[in-house]
Amino acid sequence: MIQTIAFYLFAVLVIASAVMVITARNPVHSVLWLILAFFNAAGLMVLVGAEFIAMLLIIVYVGAVAVLFLFVVMMLDIDVAAMRAGFIKNAPLGVVIALILLAELVLGIGAYRMGAIELGTPMASDAPAMVEGNTNAIGALLYTKYLFLFEAAGIILLVAMIGAIVLTHRPTRAKRGQQDIGKQVRRNPDEATVMKQPTVGQGVEL
Amino acid sequence: MTEFFQSWGLSYEWAWAIATIAGILLIALPLMLAVAMIIYVDRKVWAAINLRRGPNVVGPFGLLQSFADGLKVFLQETIIPSAANKGIFILAPIVTFTVALIAWAVIPFDAGVVLADINVGLLYIFAVSSLSVYGIIMAGWASNSKYPFFSAMRASAQMISYEVSIGFIMIGVILYAGSFNLTDIVMAQKGHGLGIVNGYVFNLLLFPIFVMFFISALAETQRVPFDLTEAESELVAGYQTEYSSMSFALFWLGEYANILLMCALMTILFFGGWLPPLDIDLIPWFDIPGIIWFFAKMFLFFFMFSWVMATVPRYRYDQLMRLGWKVFLPLSLLFVVLISGWLMATGHYGAAA
Repeated sequence: MIQTIAFYLFAVLVIASAVMVITARNPVHSVLWLILAFFNAAGLMVLVGAEFIAMLLIIVYVGAVAVLFLFVVMMLDIDVAAMRAGFIKNAPLGVVIALILLAELVLGIGAYRMGAIELGTPMASDAPAMVEGNTNAIGALLYTKYLFLFEAAGIILLVAMIGAIVLTHRPTRAKRGQQDIGKQVRRNPDEATVMKQPTVGQGVEL
Repeated sequence: MTEFFQSWGLSYEWAWAIATIAGILLIALPLMLAVAMIIYVDRKVWAAINLRRGPNVVGPFGLLQSFADGLKVFLQETIIPSAANKGIFILAPIVTFTVALIAWAVIPFDAGVVLADINVGLLYIFAVSSLSVYGIIMAGWASNSKYPFFSAMRASAQMISYEVSIGFIMIGVILYAGSFNLTDIVMAQKGHGLGIVNGYVFNLLLFPIFVMFFISALAETQRVPFDLTEAESELVAGYQTEYSSMSFALFWLGEYANILLMCALMTILFFGGWLPPLDIDLIPWFDIPGIIWFFAKMFLFFFMFSWVMATVPRYRYDQLMRLGWKVFLPLSLLFVVLISGWLMATGHYGAAA
């Protein structure tokens, strides 16, 4: 009863906010609707008992990725009218892509109904170690059966990160405006200030 | 509590709903009261450090000052700037306040006194604390004004930066406790130091990350050395500039609820939560309820927060970013490696799993 109510609440909100993402006129509103959609998707995952994945969804997508989206969308000056003007021109392409996606979905569901397929043999034993809680279960699987894939994914992400840093790194800039923190920390009152005792009517020479 | 309501002859669903709502009210209403009183404490501590008297007019010792302030903002007119994005402008303080409240669902105040004793408690706290930036970004953008927008940009960069090191620090504690569950983390600290001291902070590997956690918590809640988002000499009042009346008060309450949450987190992660400091019955302090120990420890940390506020000057923004990315990130990463290495070497890993 409670689960049913929660499921329909989350499911309806996911679909409604997903629709609002593509229909909202203001791009910032779109991003905020997208965040609502992520949230409700996380709620659905909690309902099926995948609380670890749900929390990761919120931490990674809502906490980091969507903040960057919001950042970029707020900084950019997006002219919605100009984007709408290109709609008719690009409509045939969009229709073709939509049809391909529909065909793939139908094929996928059809294939799923036909029965399972054998794709190679697993490297280690298929049954995960019997541990309680899906956080432990995911950890046990990632570091035993899928260790190679997990490490490979990590290395790919590391390479991507280094690539992004290399692309945006500017080696030398003008000396002016550059902060040397070590120099600032080493500075002390003796060398930064002078005490003067000016007499009346005379200025101070520094 | 569900069983209690079921004994009244209610069905399970209704009993569950009523018990949950009662639990939420039992946490949220005292929290509001605590926020009001802690604002008073904050002002009294600053006043004492500045050799002033602080609030001393409303009620005995000025105790009712926060309620007078609350009444004042409640009776003021809510002004919405004509150029503001209305929906988001109104939503932003509500989001800030709600997000500050929902994290308390998993905080254990005493053994078993917790609304939702979930397995991923610490991850939930981390997820919720990463959400608190949205209220600020939305407020800054919807105000349609330059200073709030600058403040929102600063806030989002700052909170994302310090969340990284907070995440690594939490991993250190999780590795030691072997669990994400906050109750388990507290229980794992029982007799941690030489069999008698309760608390991870007395561990040589965990004390440095406690210090980093305290500083990151200051940055995450935008308290004084890092309150660049509302630096009044540069940004008027930051993201709150265009807000008035209750919408301003919601930001205020949310900010203090977040600070209290960080105090509670430090208590749970490093100072043994509701356990007394030592695991031996020196004076009969096992008779003192755990919740009193919990609040006493939280109060100690809150005092440290206001102490810092009254004594430390504000950072420059580039210094803030440097501290987050170039000092705390490598250091916390190093401590993750050190702690996991030590646990592997001594064979303590996976003990509580």
